[in-house]
Amino acid sequence: MSSSSAALQERSGAARETPVLVVDDLRTQIHTPHGDVQAVDGISFTLGRGETLGVVGESGSGKSVLGRTIMGLYTTGPTMTVTGRVLIAGKDVHALSASELRELWGGDVGMVFQDPMTALNPVKKVGVHLTESLRKRRGMNRPQAKARAAELLALVGIPEPRRRLDQYPHELSGGMRQRVVIAMALANEPALLIADEPTTALDVTVQRQILDLLARLQDELGMAIMLISHNLGVVAGRADRVAVMYAGRVVETADAAALFDAPHHPYTEALLEAIPRLHQPPHVRLAAIDGAPPNMVAPPVGCRFAPRCRYAQPDCTEAPPSLDPAMANGVVTPGHSFACYHPVNAGGQ
Amino acid sequence: MGRTLLKRVGELAAVLLIVSFGTFMLVSLLPNDPAVVILGEGREPAEYEAVREELGLNDPLPVRYLDWLGSAVTGDLGETVVPPVTDVLDRVAAALPVSVELAVLGMGMALLFSIPLAMWSAYRAGGRVDRVISAGAFGVLSVPSFLAGLLIIMVFANQLGWFPRAQWVRLSESIGDNLYHAFLPALVIALAETALFTRILRNDLITTLQEDFILAAKAKGMSARHIMFSDALRPSSFSMITLLGISLGRLIGSTVIVEYLFALPGMGSLVIGAANTGDFTMVQGAVLVIAVIYVLTNLLIDLSYGVLDPRIRRAHV
Ligand SMILES: Nc1ncnc2c1ncn2[C@@H]1O[C@H](COP(=O)(O)OP(=O)(O)O)[C@@H](O)[C@H]1O
Ligand code: SF4
Ligand SMILES: [Mg+2]
Repeated sequence: MSSSSAALQERSGAARETPVLVVDDLRTQIHTPHGDVQAVDGISFTLGRGETLGVVGESGSGKSVLGRTIMGLYTTGPTMTVTGRVLIAGKDVHALSASELRELWGGDVGMVFQDPMTALNPVKKVGVHLTESLRKRRGMNRPQAKARAAELLALVGIPEPRRRLDQYPHELSGGMRQRVVIAMALANEPALLIADEPTTALDVTVQRQILDLLARLQDELGMAIMLISHNLGVVAGRADRVAVMYAGRVVETADAAALFDAPHHPYTEALLEAIPRLHQPPHVRLAAIDGAPPNMVAPPVGCRFAPRCRYAQPDCTEAPPSLDPAMANGVVTPGHSFACYHPVNAGGQ
Repeated sequence: MGRTLLKRVGELAAVLLIVSFGTFMLVSLLPNDPAVVILGEGREPAEYEAVREELGLNDPLPVRYLDWLGSAVTGDLGETVVPPVTDVLDRVAAALPVSVELAVLGMGMALLFSIPLAMWSAYRAGGRVDRVISAGAFGVLSVPSFLAGLLIIMVFANQLGWFPRAQWVRLSESIGDNLYHAFLPALVIALAETALFTRILRNDLITTLQEDFILAAKAKGMSARHIMFSDALRPSSFSMITLLGISLGRLIGSTVIVEYLFALPGMGSLVIGAANTGDFTMVQGAVLVIAVIYVLTNLLIDLSYGVLDPRIRRAHV
């Protein structure tokens, strides 16, 4: 979660080992009474040890479905169809048996949810949330699990962990609850943490604390993080790379610095304009993007952003633009791709 | 908690007062003249008048009600009007255990059947198992319990001979024999309740299973069984518990059909018999006891919400 050259080196070194996460042409189709929703539509990327990928897009763009499909929580069944491949620590998630999946969930991967109010069972004590998986999956006895649970709470910065174990979720503040959710996800020291809007339900100062906590935990535990947010501002300075999602597809992906410096996709540009600024007076409405995301049962034929795009041309609605590498002065920019016929900030094209 | 309890008890006392008054009034409207019931037809008017005077029936209604209530509060429900004259309370004390046992056994069986059925149904909602179970529940609900009872008797008692057809063995005589005799009647009671509980619990489970905390439990690697029993059941059980309370209270006074089918000496038989013979003190006493039990059952159910949901527990402090 830093952009120093040391981190860059470390990252390129990490890239040579097996990536923690490989996503290859992943598609998730949800069957609804109104028709099939292509919620995730051909997404590919890899994530190395200790790396953070920010996944950003408006509400409804398919970020949660992507995260849950990667976890294997969403899989082919009566209500959806999943194609493509997900490898977590080398394991093909969608080819695992039910018990192998449980092992994966209890081990290699953890998930943090958007709303800490609903991610904790209201009738279970905080301690039980933590100890049940330690006992069932790690085979610890009660005192061992309790001691470890207290350790985990201390790790995520909860004061008086022993006392908290005996409290119910509703007795904790939102920020504390989200720390508990993070502790739950960390219980088995996962190689990959999927954080789905971990701060969206929290107020601003608490948001920063939670993001700092995730950064510290990543340094200490070396895990890869997929940080999902609808707000580019949240992943700024936190993600090594960013993937911008629109209507089920990645429309632009780049190293964070390059993306914030010179976004090529008009949607990325619009998202950047919509980042809340600290010096803005409160309650001023942001430069929100005009229009709404498309109906995902019958998305537009060509570029899905065309109906809302200020740069749209007639050719935009003919065929969908593919996600191609960005070029600068005739040379491919490593790691930077976008899907647009008329990119912005692309003088060298 | 203490204050809530006190408030609830106050409310319940008020409810009981109203119910007892209602019962008292209702019974005074019975067509039979108690004096005729006691003496038989064809006596002198003066003789009837003397009996009425003795029973206090000539006092104004409010006075009679207060008299009756005053004794009832001290546990004296009077004597039966129709011979053999006994304490109403003794008759109730003999019939009540039968009804309570039937109701409790029936509810226990219903829970035992419906919880796994509802879980199985909700786990793959809309799947084949779910459809079969839903159709089954619907079928059971559409069969009158009288018919279901007869069928069960025909199969398990008459054809297979696994269980006795009638008779009752008191719990105090032999626990094994008692359960053996209580099994079929309890099963008849459990049948319809199982169907109801399964449907209600299934629906609430399906709602709960969409919650994030279920996904979070899955994402921790917990097994489906663990998630069902440890995460989903408790938050889904409120409607069912409410229904359970209503059923339990209701059944204690009205397992009439089952008592009739199996010739069991419970509260239903007692009240019906007394009403038929015009034994008004018996009816008044029995109905009052049933009302008290109903109200107490519901109090218990209310208190159980606090046990089930810690948020309610705190909210009431
Ligand atoms: N369980 C579901 N059933 C039907 N449609 C769904 C379901 N989950 C998500 N979708 C649809 O998939 C699309 C992506 O949703 P989601 O991944 O939740 O978006 P995001 O997390 O980016 O806000 C939306 O159009 C949403 O309506
Ligand atoms: S392809 Fe056309 S419509 Fe789509 S983002 Fe680019 S300019 Fe806009
Ligand atoms: Mg989401």
